[in-house]
Amino acid sequence: MSQDNPSQAEYRAQVAAWMQHNRPADPGFLLPQTFMEVGSERVLEFLREWQHKVWSAGYLGAAWPKKYGGQGMSRDYQRIADEEMKRLQVPICFNVIGLGWAGPLILDNGSDYEKEKYLKGILNADDIWCQGFSEPNHGSDLGSIQTRAERDGDDYLINGSKIWTTMGNYAKYMILLARTDAQAERRYNGLSFFLAPMHRDGITTQPIQKITGEYGFTETFFTDARIPASCIMGEEGQGWRIAMQTLQYERGAEAGAAGGISILSIVMDDLLRMAAEIEREGEPLLQDPVTRDNLVKFMIEEKALQLAEKRTEIPALCRDYPNAIALSGKLRSTEFFRRMRQYALTLQGAQGSLYMGDQDTIGGGFWQRAYLNNFSTTIGGGTSQVQANIIGEHVLGLPKD
Amino acid sequence: MTTATLNGTTNIALSFSDEQAMLLDSAKSFCGDKSDINAVRSLLKSDSGHNPEVWREMVALGWTGIAIPEQYGGFAMGLGSTVPVIESMGRHLLGTAFITSTLAAQAILRGGSEAQREKWLPKVVEGTVGTMALLDNEDWGAQLCGITATFKGSGSTSEIALSGKKLLVADATVADFFVVSINHNGNPALAIVEASQLSTNAIGPNTLIDETKRAATVEFSGVTISSDALLPHSEQALKDVRLIGALLIAAEATGTSAATLNTIVSYLTSRIQFGRLIGSYQSLKHPTVDILLQMDSSRSLIYHAATLIDEGPVQKDTEIACRMAKAQATETLLFAGDRAVQFHGGMGFTYDCDAMLYIRRAQWAQHQYGDAQHHRLHLARLLLD
Ligand SMILES: Cc1cc2nc3c(=O)[nH]c(=O)nc-3n(C[C@H](O)[C@H](O)[C@H](O)COP(=O)(O)OP(=O)(O)OC[C@H]3O[C@@H](n4cnc5c(N)ncnc54)[C@H](O)[C@@H]3O)c2cc1C
Repeated sequence: MSQDNPSQAEYRAQVAAWMQHNRPADPGFLLPQTFMEVGSERVLEFLREWQHKVWSAGYLGAAWPKKYGGQGMSRDYQRIADEEMKRLQVPICFNVIGLGWAGPLILDNGSDYEKEKYLKGILNADDIWCQGFSEPNHGSDLGSIQTRAERDGDDYLINGSKIWTTMGNYAKYMILLARTDAQAERRYNGLSFFLAPMHRDGITTQPIQKITGEYGFTETFFTDARIPASCIMGEEGQGWRIAMQTLQYERGAEAGAAGGISILSIVMDDLLRMAAEIEREGEPLLQDPVTRDNLVKFMIEEKALQLAEKRTEIPALCRDYPNAIALSGKLRSTEFFRRMRQYALTLQGAQGSLYMGDQDTIGGGFWQRAYLNNFSTTIGGGTSQVQANIIGEHVLGLPKD
Repeated sequence: MTTATLNGTTNIALSFSDEQAMLLDSAKSFCGDKSDINAVRSLLKSDSGHNPEVWREMVALGWTGIAIPEQYGGFAMGLGSTVPVIESMGRHLLGTAFITSTLAAQAILRGGSEAQREKWLPKVVEGTVGTMALLDNEDWGAQLCGITATFKGSGSTSEIALSGKKLLVADATVADFFVVSINHNGNPALAIVEASQLSTNAIGPNTLIDETKRAATVEFSGVTISSDALLPHSEQALKDVRLIGALLIAAEATGTSAATLNTIVSYLTSRIQFGRLIGSYQSLKHPTVDILLQMDSSRSLIYHAATLIDEGPVQKDTEIACRMAKAQATETLLFAGDRAVQFHGGMGFTYDCDAMLYIRRAQWAQHQYGDAQHHRLHLARLLLD
């Protein structure tokens, strides 16, 4: 966290006051911990209303141009708003694929018409976006996807299926990667990128139940679905490059995002608070030497993660491998949270075997859900193993496998 | 979930001045020039473990004055500025008594009387070597007051007779003076003993697992010092020096981890088996990435501690930072050194392979100023109680 100047400090206080005052009351049902868990209409409507409210107050899209629904302020202000939302653990701004990926793409590559058409709806949550990259047979190996897009007059005809489409059943638009040229010499050159409407004949979605028992993503089928040819972003054959640009946004290397928090931050403090309330052999768990050692290990790791971000601002301390911190952030933090959340269940003893719905769970099964859901971050957006390959190859210069 | 902070780890101060950045650059290139791997190996069997000519050059560069205030002839750049220098030394396994001498000077700066500072600190700046004599047994968690001090006489004429020995005193054979922890009415106190006061054969050099380092058992029995050799503010100084020692060793270990990583990467990008560079195998690639990430954590933590540490008594956040840095940095080096041997195959098992230097350094470093578990024990008290 950089030092705030006076106007930033005032803004921070203003955001905090607004959030505390407007934080929605407990709706009586579980709210998602990440944007990948929007599994029912009531959750959707709750979050839509919240995002709309945050946007209306000016705390979402603060750095986007005014004419497209933003505030035209510097990125620092959105960062501050995000930090406060994170700190105060208010509900997430769920339209993440729009806010974080489609939006920045459109801002960077789109025509005026496209900006006019799409951006405001992303911010105020009127238009939900989804991402159609992964397919049943091609996930990590994205370059091999097979969904076809064939030019037919003023349309493209889409055939194939996508999977793990987060909010696929609620989305109005999809950022779609499809194959326009099956004969291209390099398979990557046969791909194109679309801002595709979802509410079309021939597009159906099938919700998929998640590991937690909830819903959040779909399989998405395209059967001779027609979308206007004007939906293509860039030229035919440029899809791979644009998809990679999207992944850059997704991995947070670019700061184009509209802001908002997409994942509830669950930190060591939360785990310590839980541990403080548990007793073993008549003593608080926090007095158990093995537990203490493990907790401290996590705390060292958490501190190092927080410091890493700050260190990127000091190039002299990043000379060995200048990209290392930026490229490893996702791997480090998602794996840290995976282990830390699992440990929470271990500390619960037999209660750790209970699940959401059981009245005796600690915190309604908060940690059970948090742990299982955390795999969305170690798998989605490029698995940890693939991230390790990327770091090994692009940061350390190791050969491809 | 509320947002109150329980654990006191919210301090993430991290800064690095342009001056420090220049120091880092020049230290990196100096250590690279003076201590290539052949130079390191040529010193393995030497008595002092370092090249006196290089030491003189380091003194001439002003490094021994970095953390010394101006009134004592130093450059007042702050103790934090020794961290980039020591990290660079670790990167090239450059020996010398720089760390120990820095610690002895800090003990006097923090615990000494004005007269003691005026006497010793300018000498340290000019290259006089001091070291800490602390350990009574293998336990860094112990009270550190095994040497019995018997007081004779009173007032300014009083003398102190010492009896007992200290273990694993780093750089003892080249030290001009020792800052020794002694038993002062049941509490540890610090006293300055000059090398010339020791009896002959008082220094019994150890054979260390890390052949780039030097340490010895030092017998203090029979030494009598005057009472003004006692540091008046021993307690705080001893506490501080133990934490500073942890930080400096962590800095050195982080540099060595970087070197270890480079050694691994260069083998993984040159050795071919089954028709492929071995770095293409994920069972080697992914742990190597892990070393990188852990080294990055170590580096963040040592510079965080370097940011917080200054001349005053070590405060809670700084103590947390030093302990975290030590725990992280030496565990990282243990892992990196261990994998470096394994990833070199049969070559890794040889004395010729540089992995040998790193894995041995790792074992040495973990035991200097407390191992990771020791520091986590103390961190638990600081963070959880
Ligand atoms: C909650 C969630 C939400 C998602 N949302 C979306 C979405 O909205 N839109 C979308 O398009 N996709 C989405 N995904 C899909 C996600 O991007 C893919 O699941 C991911 O890229 C992995 O692909 P896969 O599932 O086919 O696994 P696979 O690629 O089949 O991987 C299987 C295993 O093999 C490993 N592996 C694969 N290749 C390598 C390699 N080269 N080296 C080492 N190990 C390897 C993987 O790490 C993994 O452990 C989502 C996934 C999840 C879990």
